[in-house]
Amino acid sequence: MWQWLHPYAKPEATFHLVQKLLPWFLIPGLILSAVALVWGLAIAPQDYQQGESYRIIFVHVPAAMWSMGFYVAMAIAGLLALVWQIRTAELALLAIAPVGAVLTFISLFTGALWGQPMWGTWWVWDARLTAQLILLFLYLGVMALYIAFEDERAGAKAASILALVGVINIPIIHYSVYWWNTLHQQSTVTRAITRLEAPSIAPEMLYPLLVSIVAMMLVSAVLVMKRLNNEILRREIHRPWALTYLGIPVVQRNEE
Amino acid sequence: MNPRRKKRFIMTSGILGGVAIATALVLYALSQNIDLFYTPTEIIDGKGSEQVRPEVGQRIRVGGLVVPGSVRREGSGLTVSFNLIDTGPAEIIVDFEGILPDLFREGQGIVAQGVLIEPNRLLASEVLARHDEEYMPPALAEALKGIEHVPPSQWSDDDYRNNDKDDDNESGGGYDR
Repeated sequence: MWQWLHPYAKPEATFHLVQKLLPWFLIPGLILSAVALVWGLAIAPQDYQQGESYRIIFVHVPAAMWSMGFYVAMAIAGLLALVWQIRTAELALLAIAPVGAVLTFISLFTGALWGQPMWGTWWVWDARLTAQLILLFLYLGVMALYIAFEDERAGAKAASILALVGVINIPIIHYSVYWWNTLHQQSTVTRAITRLEAPSIAPEMLYPLLVSIVAMMLVSAVLVMKRLNNEILRREIHRPWALTYLGIPVVQRNEE
Repeated sequence: MNPRRKKRFIMTSGILGGVAIATALVLYALSQNIDLFYTPTEIIDGKGSEQVRPEVGQRIRVGGLVVPGSVRREGSGLTVSFNLIDTGPAEIIVDFEGILPDLFREGQGIVAQGVLIEPNRLLASEVLARHDEEYMPPALAEALKGIEHVPPSQWSDDDYRNNDKDDDNESGGGYDR
């Protein structure tokens, strides 16, 4: 069933696949980002109680969603690295972590900017905000563990374990607003998806929000793919295929 | 799956499962402490199966909806008091001196932090507005829910002095006026 995946354990195969997929993420990503920003920030109507301030939702919600989505992807890479000991998966883990950390930071930062005028505070230690802060520390922890070991494979193993265990935080973040009472409101997007007949957001606001969510995913994926390929190339730079790709003539060294 | 991978897979799932159970138990044990605020009902009737009530003098947060018609301004300053309710009938009176957040209005969700000075009265040092997950244009909100949001900074004098008449009735409750 998973046979078709096997060739991609070889970094070279992954490199070429990613290279082929890149434009399919990059071009729609850029177009949809532009559409989402103009639609969300300029065309969508203002909110009845938050006025123009609610427009930060078009950055905040996609960043928060994908900070969790990319964490799950990173944890899966961690599982592949631990159990199947696939080198490419370790590199994928390393490629995802900083992008996810930045998404998490964006969600916390825009959340603070949103919270100050609306709630009346930059920060409150409620379950949702605290769990999201822990997510940021998990990302930073994974990055730190990876480079903390003398032996890189050992570092990758430790980082994979942390990434995998930290995945427990993801349902906690999502359900925090349902399990406990918090200052943070419940999820608008979840309700729009699960209760189609009674969404809590007007359609002219929901559509740009959905576009911005897709756009953020594509752009972040491009960053991850570029990072992954750079890393693969850096490690395989001495291999003939990499030299060929870079247009450097392969010198046959016979006498040695 | 070959035996070595199988062993590693079982080990990894074991670690993940163990940590998940540990986390679940910790969160379950702490669940009441993770709540950000008490609701008015919890303050009056007690919280959880043990009916724990916060004591007078304790520093707590209260979260609830501002009872319509209960907002009273004392004098000309920034002192304001209002009642909070959740499922009813319990209400908590909140006294606050300071600038209310822009989202404050009657019927809005509010989280007030302060000291409980009477069993049903909170002297707040901070009032935060809680908003729900609803977003809609102003015209739709008026048509659908009859809400026209006016931030407190733009309230005219009449808006709150209407409630000022029977200020001596401090037992709260705005419904029957």
